[in-house]
Parts: sequence; structure tokens; C-alpha cells
Amino acid sequence: MTPRSRLHVPSPPARPGQEPDFSYVQISPAGAAPRPDVTATAREIEDLSVAMVRVLGDDHRAVGPWNPHLEPAELQVGLRHMVLTRLFDDRMQRIQRQGRISFYIKSTGEEAVAVAACMALQPGDMLFPSYRQQGLHVVRGRPLVDLMCQCLSNTRDMCKGRQMPIMYHWGKGNIFSISGNLATQFPQAVGWAMAAAIKGEDRLAASWIGEGSSAEADFHYAMTFAAVYRAPVILNLVNNQWAISTFQGFAGGERNTFAQRGPGYGIPGLRVDGNDFLAVYAVTQWAAQRARQSAGPTLIELVTYRAAAHSTSDDSSRYRPKDEYRAWPLGDPVMRLKQHLIALGEWSEERHAQLEKELEAHVTASWKEAESYGTLSGGPALDPLTMFEDVFKDMPPNLVRQREELRRLRESQAAAAPAAPSAAKEG
Amino acid sequence: MARMNMVQALNSAMDVMLGRDPRVVILGEDVGFFGGVFRATDGLQRKHGEHRVLDTPIAEGGIIATAIGMGVNGLKPVAEIQFADYIYPGFDQVVSELARLRYRSAGEFPAPVTIRTPCGGGIRGGQTHSQSPEAIFTHVCGIKVVMPSNPYDAKGLLISAIEDEDPVVFFEPKRIYNGPFDGDPHKPAVPWSAHARGEVPDGHYTVPIGRAEIVREGGDVTVLAYGTMVHVCEAAVRLVGVDAEIIDVRTMAPLDVDTLCTSVCKTGRCVVVHEATRFGGYGAELVATVQEQCFWNLEAPIQRVAGWDTPYPHAFEWDYFPGQARIAAALRQVMEAS
Repeated sequence: MTPRSRLHVPSPPARPGQEPDFSYVQISPAGAAPRPDVTATAREIEDLSVAMVRVLGDDHRAVGPWNPHLEPAELQVGLRHMVLTRLFDDRMQRIQRQGRISFYIKSTGEEAVAVAACMALQPGDMLFPSYRQQGLHVVRGRPLVDLMCQCLSNTRDMCKGRQMPIMYHWGKGNIFSISGNLATQFPQAVGWAMAAAIKGEDRLAASWIGEGSSAEADFHYAMTFAAVYRAPVILNLVNNQWAISTFQGFAGGERNTFAQRGPGYGIPGLRVDGNDFLAVYAVTQWAAQRARQSAGPTLIELVTYRAAAHSTSDDSSRYRPKDEYRAWPLGDPVMRLKQHLIALGEWSEERHAQLEKELEAHVTASWKEAESYGTLSGGPALDPLTMFEDVFKDMPPNLVRQREELRRLRESQAAAAPAAPSAAKEG
Repeated sequence: MARMNMVQALNSAMDVMLGRDPRVVILGEDVGFFGGVFRATDGLQRKHGEHRVLDTPIAEGGIIATAIGMGVNGLKPVAEIQFADYIYPGFDQVVSELARLRYRSAGEFPAPVTIRTPCGGGIRGGQTHSQSPEAIFTHVCGIKVVMPSNPYDAKGLLISAIEDEDPVVFFEPKRIYNGPFDGDPHKPAVPWSAHARGEVPDGHYTVPIGRAEIVREGGDVTVLAYGTMVHVCEAAVRLVGVDAEIIDVRTMAPLDVDTLCTSVCKTGRCVVVHEATRFGGYGAELVATVQEQCFWNLEAPIQRVAGWDTPYPHAFEWDYFPGQARIAAALRQVMEAS
């Protein structure tokens, strides 16, 4: 019989009702990966795209050359940011379930990816996130009220009611506008970094995409331009194993790691334990030093797990084992940093409980304040006529006409509507 | 016959075609094991196999490009782009390749690809889950563009699209997946089971591409609409109490000029309605065609009702959506003109 080709269709190791199986995740012992000089070439450090940079061992101690030797106070700040991010996510999820916001995306289980990386960067560095790095805003000090108001599309919404929940931006905080379309920010970050280099600034750009969206051509654009111009950029690929219902094999992760794509472009690829706060901090610090010395870009694969469903519109129990997260071999980023601090004698269960209590209260107070600026169902509301603003800097005639048409329509509708009881009383 | 909503009707169309024609393959993000984020391909992989219903990487350009390659190699691919708003990374493959392959190869390498994609707003999806980009595609020569307004047409038109030897971009107005929507978000949802066009044959049948349908006969004014807006127009016509002839355009390219213009020549008045933005929208093509054919019969300037020329705003969805009030105002305006 003549040989015939046969299509290979990737299949995840476990589906609903089956035992979770993460044997495909290759894990290096903590401290095992060497830390090269930041000027190393992609070829010299190709091994790091297959190994895994890890600092926190099973005994919760920090080991090896990648240990960033952070002060306990700084670790406590990191823990605080991660806990706050998690509590914020949990609250917003519940609020969505109550119908008080239209949509939400949690970052549960991946908090270190945003928090540790952001802490290793300078405030002037520009961040181009995807929709699952709310921790960046938390680290840079954005009040939760601002994020909540965006989710509510209320009178204090930074997006003026134009974007779905979680599509934040923050000019002052150097965090770019989140797009609903995937991977677009990756090459944009490269362009921003190229501009910084053209202008001779000591600033770099960092961007995040998921392993799923790394299939978009934008990933290739980003890698090619970053390599060609040695742009001062950090390209973070968050491998959280799941892209809605498709596992990482459908993004090309079955035979090679995602970090291995870096050397193919001449860019160092570092594969890192994405749930190890210290490791994420350390590789980001390394890549930042490299970028600032004009040694070029870095691709960082952050190996983590999407503990929540893709979004509030998704039901992950349809396509993966319900308890898969519990079997995830790299644990939980919050718990691991907490245990590390306890091992250092710089934290305790009591202090942790106290922190959670304090931050819960902060989330509650923030929500209360955010609601006072308007909700989907009541309170102060944005003027719908503002929807015509910012399409262009100066409003063109067709939009001026349309705004007028809507104004007249709303006035006639208001006149036709029966008077509200309170208004009648006043009248 | 069975009662189906639009998602079930689309599912049935693909099921029928996978069963009848071994060349048919389905591909797209989350369409396989999961059955699609809107459930349109639910159960199809289990029934027809993972070589015929393929999950893909997240790459719309890749999905459309590989569908073209499959089509060139004798398959009949049905690609799903999860939201019409996500189709643009595949735009070059549609415009420069899919639409022109037959032409540039003088008929040697046609690619009979169907691209299904949910469109339209009214689901609190904001600007990246609400767009109606049909006019961007009707402007491209070499592809057919379709948008059904009910389950019966959805199934019949999708089968026609899959059987077509030319590429078809098949827009699915997702606001009416589960039931007709008259534009009033405060009313309770109505299921398709209560609608005549929710009755759908189980087996194979077609609704021809290139034919509009008169949804309501009338003598005073012709209303041209498609997708969700057909139902909003029906409600607006009831609101105004005008004897309107409502035509569901159904296939934007090729366009059933005869049905449209026969009606407008009869009524002498015309209102064109779509959810997409107004400037350069498909309504402009309809208005131009109607005035060319019916100028001497027109009693009033043709009115267009469309989405405002802004991105679809999350918070102001119902001020943006061209609802009954705006359609009613346009109807009154054309009726009052003499």
C-alpha cells in the first residue's frame, strides 16, 4: 500500500469527566536554569527556551542564579497587589452574575504574570496588555474605583461608555488601550519601542499576549520587527494552557515550547514558571536590562494556567475537567509567594487573613463609590450625545447632523414619555 | 418539519451538508469539540468526525487562507469567523485572493469557500462584538454576500451558499439567533417557536441566493431591510399604521433588483434601513439602484435609516441602534412629502 498523509488533530490530555493530566508540562527544578549575561545572543542561550526558569522551590525557599534577592517589604507589596487583583476579580465576577455589569474577564491563577513583571519595570515603561493583565493597573496604583467605573460605563468611565468592561487604558500610568481584537497590541508595542529608540529615550515597551492569540499574524510581525531593529521591547507570551475551548496544542505548543519561537527569529526565548513571582520578576528584570542596553528584545513564555473560565460568557466545564486547576503542577502564584514569605519569617497566616480582610473592605468601599457615579440601571448617566465625540479630533459635518438628529429624537421621546411620579409631585 | 431557532437551523444546514457531500468541512475557532461559542456547530464534530469539523488556531487570516487552499484542492470549506468584528485579519485573503481566484486563473482555480460570521449589535458587545461590516464585502467583486433574517432562510441560504461554486460571506445577525427582535430591548424576548419562519424542514432544501423576499405586502411605501432590521421595520410599520411593503433583501450581492424596484415603482416611496453605519453603507447602493430604476415613479426623496457614523458604543447601544422611533420618523417623512 502506498503511504498516505493523514491529518493530525491535536487533542488535550483530558476532557470533562477525565483525570487531569499535565505530564506534558516539562518542569525544571527550581534554581537549575543558568542566568546568562544580558548581552547573550539568542543562539548562546537557546537552552533557556526549553528549560524553565524557577526560583521558588517546593520548600518555598528562593534558590539559584535567578533569585532577584528582593527585600521582604517588596515581596509583601507584591503579595498585596496579587491578593487585591484576585479579590477585585472575584467581586467583579459576582457583580456580573448579578447582572450589574455586562461582562467580565478574571485573571485568577495568573496574577504573577502581570504583577511581578510590572514591579520589575520602571514607571515610564509603556505597557501593552491583553485583556487579562488587570494586575498592571493595580501595581501602577490605579484606584479600583476607576476600573469599576469603566466596567459600569458610568459617568467616571475612562472610556466614556464606549468600550466593553475590562477594556481599560491609562495614559498617565503608561498603560495602553485594550483592544477586543487579539494580538494587535504586540507589534504596536514594538513600534512604540522603536520610537523610544529613535528618540533616544531610556524607556522600553512590554506587551502581553496569550499562547492562543500568538497564532495571529501580529505575533510574527512583532517578532520580525523587534528582531530587525533590536527594539527595546519585552514580548510576554502568557501560556495559560487554554484559549477558550482549545488547549495550547492548537496554538502550536505540542512539539515545541512557545519560547523556542524566539531563537527562530534571533530573539532570546526564556521559558519561565509563570506562577513563581520571583522567577517572573527576575526574567523581566533581565529582559529590561537587555533592552535598556540596546542588546535587543526578549520573548518570555510565562507558563501558567487559566484557572477561571475564559470570560463570564464562557462555560469551561464543557471542555475541560472541572478540577483541572487543582492538578496544575505549578501551583498558585498567591499561595506560593505567601508560603515563601512565611518561610522567611516575614509573614503569617494571621497577617494574611488580616490583609485579605483589609483588601476585601477596600474592594467593597471602592464598589460603593463606583456605583455612586452611576450603574447600568440607574443613578447618574453619561450623555449619549457624547458618543459622537472622539471619532475625529474635530467633528465632521455628518456627525454634527447626526448628533442633532439624536438630540431631537431624545427630546421628543422625553416629551412623549409620561411624567415620572417624583417630577409630578414637584410640578 | 421542526421548530428551530436560527442557531439550530444553521446547525441543521451544516449537518445536512456534511452528510450529503463528503467534500464539506467545517473549520474555525472553538467550532469542534466545544461546538462554537454560539453553539452553531454543536454536536457536528461528534457526529461527522474531527477531520471534518476542525478546531483551528486563533488566526482569522489563517482560517480563511487555509479554507481557500482546501477549496482549491476540491473541498467545500465552511469557515466560521467567531465575530464579524474579528474578520479583518483575514481581509486580504478575502479581497485579494478568495474574491479573485476564479478571475485571475481564468476559471482554473476557483475556491468555493463559505465564510459564516455573526454580526450586529444589541447584545452589549461594544465596538468589537457588534459590527455589521457587510458593505465592506459587497464592495468586493467576486464574492456573494448574504444575511438571513429568520431560521427558515438561514438554513436554506446556508445550504445554497455551501453548494455555490463561488465564495459566499454569510452574515448571521446574532441578536436574532434565539428569536425575532423588534428593536425594543425592554420587551420580553420572543422565541422563534412562536414565529412562522421558525418552522424549518429537517432535510435538504435551498433558498436561492439572489432573491429578495416580500415580507409584508403594501401599497404606500416600500421598506428595504435585511437581518435583524426586518423585524424592527415590521414593528415600526405597525407603529405608524402605514400600508408598507417590507422587503427582506436577504442577499446583498447579487442583489434582486427586480423585486426591489417593482415594489418601489408601485408604491412611489422608499425607506432603506440597516444597522451598519450610514456613510458609504450598503443603503447607499440600494438608494442609487432604486433611483436609477424608479426615479419617475418616486413621490418623495428616499430616506435612509442606519447606525450613526461612530463605532458601536457599549453604554449607548439603544441610542445607537436604529430602532422603531427612527424608522417611524423616516416613514412619516416619506409619507408626508408630496
